[in-house]
Amino acid sequence: MPANDDAALALALEIRGISKTYGRYPALKDVSFAAADREFLALLGPSGSGKTTLLRVLAGLEQPDGGEVRFGGEDYLAIPARKRRAGMVFQHYALFRHMTVAQNIAFGLKVRPRAERPSAAEIKKRVGDLLDLVQLKGLDKRFPAQLSGGQRQRVALARALAIEPRMLLLDEPFGALDAQVRRDLRHWLREVHDRAGVTTVFVTHDQEEALDLADRVAILRDGKLIQLGKPQELYDHPATAFVYDFLGPACRLPGVVEEGRLRVGDWVTEVQAPAGEVDVYFRPDEVEFAPADGAGLAAQVRGAAARGPQIRIDCLVEDRTLELLVRDAIAPAGVAVGLSVRVRPTRFKLYPRAVEAMAA
Amino acid sequence: MFRIRLPGIAPLMLLASALAMGLLIIMPLAVVFSEAFAKGLSTYLGAFNDPDLWAAIKLTLLVAAISVPLNAVFGVAAAWTIAKFEFRGKSLLLAIIDLPFSMSPVVSGLVWVLLFGAQGWFGQFLIDHDIKIIFDVSGIVLATITVTLPFVARELIPLMQDQGSDEEAAAVTLGAGGFTIFRQITLPNIRWALLYGVLLCNARAMGEFGAVSVVSGKIRGLTNTLPLQIEALYNDYDFVGAFAAASLLASLGLVTLILKTGLEWRFSSELSHARKR
Repeated sequence: MPANDDAALALALEIRGISKTYGRYPALKDVSFAAADREFLALLGPSGSGKTTLLRVLAGLEQPDGGEVRFGGEDYLAIPARKRRAGMVFQHYALFRHMTVAQNIAFGLKVRPRAERPSAAEIKKRVGDLLDLVQLKGLDKRFPAQLSGGQRQRVALARALAIEPRMLLLDEPFGALDAQVRRDLRHWLREVHDRAGVTTVFVTHDQEEALDLADRVAILRDGKLIQLGKPQELYDHPATAFVYDFLGPACRLPGVVEEGRLRVGDWVTEVQAPAGEVDVYFRPDEVEFAPADGAGLAAQVRGAAARGPQIRIDCLVEDRTLELLVRDAIAPAGVAVGLSVRVRPTRFKLYPRAVEAMAA
Repeated sequence: MFRIRLPGIAPLMLLASALAMGLLIIMPLAVVFSEAFAKGLSTYLGAFNDPDLWAAIKLTLLVAAISVPLNAVFGVAAAWTIAKFEFRGKSLLLAIIDLPFSMSPVVSGLVWVLLFGAQGWFGQFLIDHDIKIIFDVSGIVLATITVTLPFVARELIPLMQDQGSDEEAAAVTLGAGGFTIFRQITLPNIRWALLYGVLLCNARAMGEFGAVSVVSGKIRGLTNTLPLQIEALYNDYDFVGAFAAASLLASLGLVTLILKTGLEWRFSSELSHARKR
């Protein structure tokens, strides 16, 4: 696992060897990583990867079977959930249905012990400020049932921010919203994070969202941390075939490496890799086409369809149908079904051959 | 909204059910009131001069006042445990809560006689320590609690299961303690369903006959509840008295029905069995 490469930033959150088992089903296996102060960290993984469990461990809603969580140097696991000041936004928002928007936001302040509780006037002002921040002014007297999904999400965020959290935890905050609202809220959320100045841990199964939004992304699978890094690092250097596959559309072909040369079908190229059977992975748009007598893999066009500025070309290569994407300008002339061409990946990654068949 | 065309037989079935309703519910109600007032208003009112009847009314109110709150507390606690936690023996607990629904009330009463009666398991112990349960108010309360056990819990469990525990979890992360969460989050979310359950529980507690008749001993003026007193008056051929007392229970039933319908109409989304979506 790569260390936090921005050493100048103070470490805020340190997680070491966290494990959690539900019955016989392990949800988290020895997960360790650290996050810097004010960092925006995404936990990315398919469903069942343990990302929500990890978030709930951080919130104090679950106790791990083993491991350590430190926050600002403190033993975070020893602090009960209600004293952690971890502002959490739940997947389905969990707004208090019988309270108005303003009452929801004020709740965390009103339940403080008398000595720490702000005055009624201060609470009112805080609520007003937060309503401004989440752009919900004028909706303070509404009930959650009278709000749209996007508005509920923002109330949940305002409620979590009201307690001046030391850490912000977001569980699939956009999961229940439609695509357009998601994109609008995404950048706004990043702004709120930057302005609030808290460490944020954000759970999602949407790789685009994670790569777009987070400072660093932790990829989980089956309760294990697979890779942690900045979005560009992950995209450029996926540690495993799973990460490669998960971060975007992928094409896979079987190949063999011998004496510094990779052989895929009748295409041979020089590589620096240990000898053995490999899977060759490349993105559908990282290919070059050549005429049938040129260099590359023999391919037969099975279909072609315009996709905006790109053309999707389905090719039969090595008995597999690959969905390739090319810009209109560099598409082979006269693409037609049945045309024989050559295809050459311009950038590719090699991973040891998977034992079981993976979805290509 | 779709308009559904009823098949040809539907109006007939509607008519049949309306007739059955009329015969089985409206008619008896009408009989109760017409018999009660058969000899005029003054005779009706005169029936309430009977001190034994007043004792029965008081006893019924007392029993309800003890058993309904206890069952409300038990119902909330049981529903909360069942809806918000996973534990072994959950279905057993559910079965126990449902038991009074599937068992004859007479058996519910007999169980207590078997345990606490003079020939019962603990009979000698109770006699030695001069504790009276059977043929006493405490026995009637026990029997009533047993019979009305499921009403509150059964109403709350589906609703609380549906609501999940996310709101409580959110309240914890916001810094609220257990009691605050219960009072400010859990209870307001179930208040109308709780009221609904209490209403039904109360109607049943006041009207229970079978279980109570087994444990009460039917001592007039002492251990006769209103339903038992009605039977006693009827057996005495005091029809006006019996139906006058019965008119009270019937009125209770009508009031319960009106309140219940009002709740269903106004808060259908917050009650479990009346929910349509």
